[in-house]
Amino acid sequence: MAQEPLERILFRQLSSSLAIPIFLVDARGDMAYFNEAAEALLGVRLDEVDEMPFAEWTTAFTPGDDDPDDQAAAEASVEARIDALPLVRAIRSRRPAHGPLEITGADGVVRQLEVTAFPLEGARGRYIGAVAMFWEAAAGA
Amino acid sequence: MKVTFWGTRGSLASAGPETVRFGGDTACVQVVGSDGTCIVLDAGTGIRRLGDALIDSPRIDVLLTHLHMDHIQGLGFFAPLFREGLEVHIWGPQSTTQDLRTRLTRYLSPPLFPIRMRDVASTVMFHNAPNRPVRIGSLEVCAAEIVHPGPTVGYRIQEGGTSIAYLSDHEPALGSRLEGADAPRWTSGSDLAAGVDLLIHDLQYSPDERAQRIGWGHSSSLEAAAFARLVGAKRLAGFHHDPGHDDAAVDRLVAEAAAAAPDIGVFGAREGSTIEL
Repeated sequence: MAQEPLERILFRQLSSSLAIPIFLVDARGDMAYFNEAAEALLGVRLDEVDEMPFAEWTTAFTPGDDDPDDQAAAEASVEARIDALPLVRAIRSRRPAHGPLEITGADGVVRQLEVTAFPLEGARGRYIGAVAMFWEAAAGA
Repeated sequence: MKVTFWGTRGSLASAGPETVRFGGDTACVQVVGSDGTCIVLDAGTGIRRLGDALIDSPRIDVLLTHLHMDHIQGLGFFAPLFREGLEVHIWGPQSTTQDLRTRLTRYLSPPLFPIRMRDVASTVMFHNAPNRPVRIGSLEVCAAEIVHPGPTVGYRIQEGGTSIAYLSDHEPALGSRLEGADAPRWTSGSDLAAGVDLLIHDLQYSPDERAQRIGWGHSSSLEAAAFARLVGAKRLAGFHHDPGHDDAAVDRLVAEAAAAAPDIGVFGAREGSTIEL
């Protein structure tokens, strides 16, 4: 497999030392790395995942502001729900995004979180990908 | 290709009897292609003597890895810069806000230097380190960012089936274990140096010294050896010798690297030596 860009190598190194769950994707939106803290949220170890393309992880994440009693939201297309994910917004708009998120881990556990996502702009004008940082949902959120 | 080491020392020039075998001038390596194309890697103090030896070249390309002083200090003393009719192309990394020319002329202007670049007699052209392979005469050059404080690139130079990689200041262990199945993917410089005939690589520290200097941007003997094995280099030239190391200390570090990479031809780069590839 080809070498990762320097910026992702260094971000991975930083992430591996952080207690904040980090999920790193490449410019296409495919998973490049997630750290140990994120393993606990996703219910799967990085070593157990060969790859996690955009189409796969976006179905595990659900915008957390979906109201289960809202019929319209329930009927919203899968595409619309994916479009609302902060990490997807950050990838596509190259702007930071923040919002609530519901993750269904590979272990089947559903977790309510908040996510801050931002794009990575590399040296020499290269678009490197995007990062999502997960936070426990604030009380009352 | 012919590779000549004009300066092999890192950080600070350190001439003296204790460094006479490996040399005291800072980073400068000349690469000459089969058609006479001349590429100069870095402009440390070693470039002064190289400049005196370049009499007939109509064009010279100077490829800077980064703008730390030990890699640019000799540029103002490079005689070809002051020869009318000569083209000097200077390549190097831009920063996120400034192009190479702006960054470099901070040094090559008063009060740090008495002459401005615009006042030299040669025709000087600046180029940001290229995103894609470029051809300079018979040589193909690739550049890529590598781990070292501040904007820093390494270079790969190819001609036919022969290749060298020049990663003079490099700390690949910052971000990689340098071993394991996924190591090439997550190791800085691994694409640049993959399978090269000659890898010129940072080998500044002993393992003990490196443990005290993590994040300073350099490699130990064992890390240089591990990187060379990881990328499948055929030969490793240990480079960027520490200014505090005498010849015997450099011998010891090179021997450590050779023992750790017995399948690779490991040697310490010596000022004034030439290798034909």
